[in-house]
Amino acid sequence: MADDEDIILSELSDDELVLQMQDDLYDGMKEEIEEAVEILLERGWAPYDILTKALVAGMTIVGHDFRDGILFVPEVLLAAGAMKGGMAILKPLLAETGAPRMGKMVIGTVKGDIHDIGKNLVGMMMEGAGFEIIDLGINNPVEDYLDALKREDADILGMSALLTTTMPYMKVVIDTMVQEGIRNDYIVLVGGAPLNEEFGKAIGADAYCRDAAVAVETAKELVARRHNQH
Amino acid sequence: MTNALQAMLSERDWILADGATGTNLFNMGLSSGDAPELWNVEEPEKIKALYSGAVDAGSDLFLTNTFGGNASRLKLHDAQNRVRELNIAAAHLARDIADAEDRPVIVAGSVGPTGEIMEPMGSLTHAIAVEMFHEQAAALKEGGVDVVWVETISAAEEFLAAAEAFKLADIDWCGTMSFDTAGRTMMGLTSSDLVDLVAKIENQPLAFGANCGVGASDLLRTVQGFSARGPVVPLISKGNAGIPKFHDGHIHYDGTPELMADYACLARDSGATIIGGCCGTTPEHLKAMREALETREKGPRPSLETITERLGGFSSAGDGTGEDAAKPERTRRRRRG
Repeated sequence: MADDEDIILSELSDDELVLQMQDDLYDGMKEEIEEAVEILLERGWAPYDILTKALVAGMTIVGHDFRDGILFVPEVLLAAGAMKGGMAILKPLLAETGAPRMGKMVIGTVKGDIHDIGKNLVGMMMEGAGFEIIDLGINNPVEDYLDALKREDADILGMSALLTTTMPYMKVVIDTMVQEGIRNDYIVLVGGAPLNEEFGKAIGADAYCRDAAVAVETAKELVARRHNQH
Repeated sequence: MTNALQAMLSERDWILADGATGTNLFNMGLSSGDAPELWNVEEPEKIKALYSGAVDAGSDLFLTNTFGGNASRLKLHDAQNRVRELNIAAAHLARDIADAEDRPVIVAGSVGPTGEIMEPMGSLTHAIAVEMFHEQAAALKEGGVDVVWVETISAAEEFLAAAEAFKLADIDWCGTMSFDTAGRTMMGLTSSDLVDLVAKIENQPLAFGANCGVGASDLLRTVQGFSARGPVVPLISKGNAGIPKFHDGHIHYDGTPELMADYACLARDSGATIIGGCCGTTPEHLKAMREALETREKGPRPSLETITERLGGFSSAGDGTGEDAAKPERTRRRRRG
């Protein structure tokens, strides 16, 4: 074991560096991630490859361990922070190179609900997975959701409610989307402590997501499925 | 001077706390999204009715309507400058109800989480958290509560900040965390972690434990986790009345008064001294709990199988304690020096 040995990132081969980045993401080491992203760029990697092969792949491991109860919120937040550091470098380059985007999500707690920790976590994990997040904050009426979806040309609507009294408002939003004939233009994900799968189905959402890790997995899967349809 | 709760704890084997605040206020017409704390001045009769509901059902202790009464939460309603006013009002109303009884009734000043994530993961500093908790605790004390009662906490840092603030406010306190993520708090604390955390606190709480979380079964598994770790102060058990179900556009908690009566006795048998409900627990539930605690004999510590048979299954296989404590190791590459 070379536990105490300092690793010089720039001396690692590409494959080794990518694996090291996944470890560093896992440990929430922001500066190391930023340094490694710069190194790969210098070596001529496409920004999109750095995003998917190193960063998103690393956050997937974090997501799985969060889902399996090995990591908890504090570790995930640190990992997401490190990811964000790398993304800040890549974002302008991704736009320039016209790389395919993972998807855009409009997210917010529903009208009447001001509990936003869960929503913030989902936002951070989704960003960590390479999605673009439009965060509407708390207490959103149906108009705010629909305006943002159209204005941002979003793919996904994420709604969160922590209170049993505010959960039913999710159905109001989905019903309005149906009335306006735009329900099938978007993937609708719902989450929040008191919700369950049965509730998600009852109100017509695409999926109920138990936690932030499940939200990411579900979003990836449903976005991929949509792409296959087009 | 001996604190009223301390006196009661020394005389009694169990103390019945109250049930829900939020879900009961919604039943009284509070609109979701509105701050329940504003009702302390706008609808005082309804807040008194809430308190009376618990006391008339037999609660020995009830919490004030101040869960969201810290500056961070009230800011969402642009009422961050009304912390003192709203907490004092809630405490005064509570005192009126408690002092009208012939028997001793404890008023516990509810202090909920800030809703912010603390440093280094989030942006809330220790100093600001302490300042906000201190402001609220001082107002509750001024309003006449017997103890302050911090609840639904998930981060160790926030629990410690509250404890420090209560020391500054010079008031006795109780504290509970919510174990809602596979038997742990959202931030990953296990039941035995909380016992260890409490042991490190200089100004010890009068009691500590768990509230809210998933269902009554999970709550009792957590209480047993506390007991197994050998806590030195009495335990609190405030579980939800079952699980929320969506039915015809309404939400209701599926725990019946009979189930909560069973839960109360099993909580006592599991080692809890202060026993109450959380979301979905109405006066009707509390009456059944009181009657059961008074008429049924204390039994041996129930097995987890007994708990699931009587109250329903757990939300997760393990809870991070005992055999479940050994985390699967991630095979990793070299660690950087």
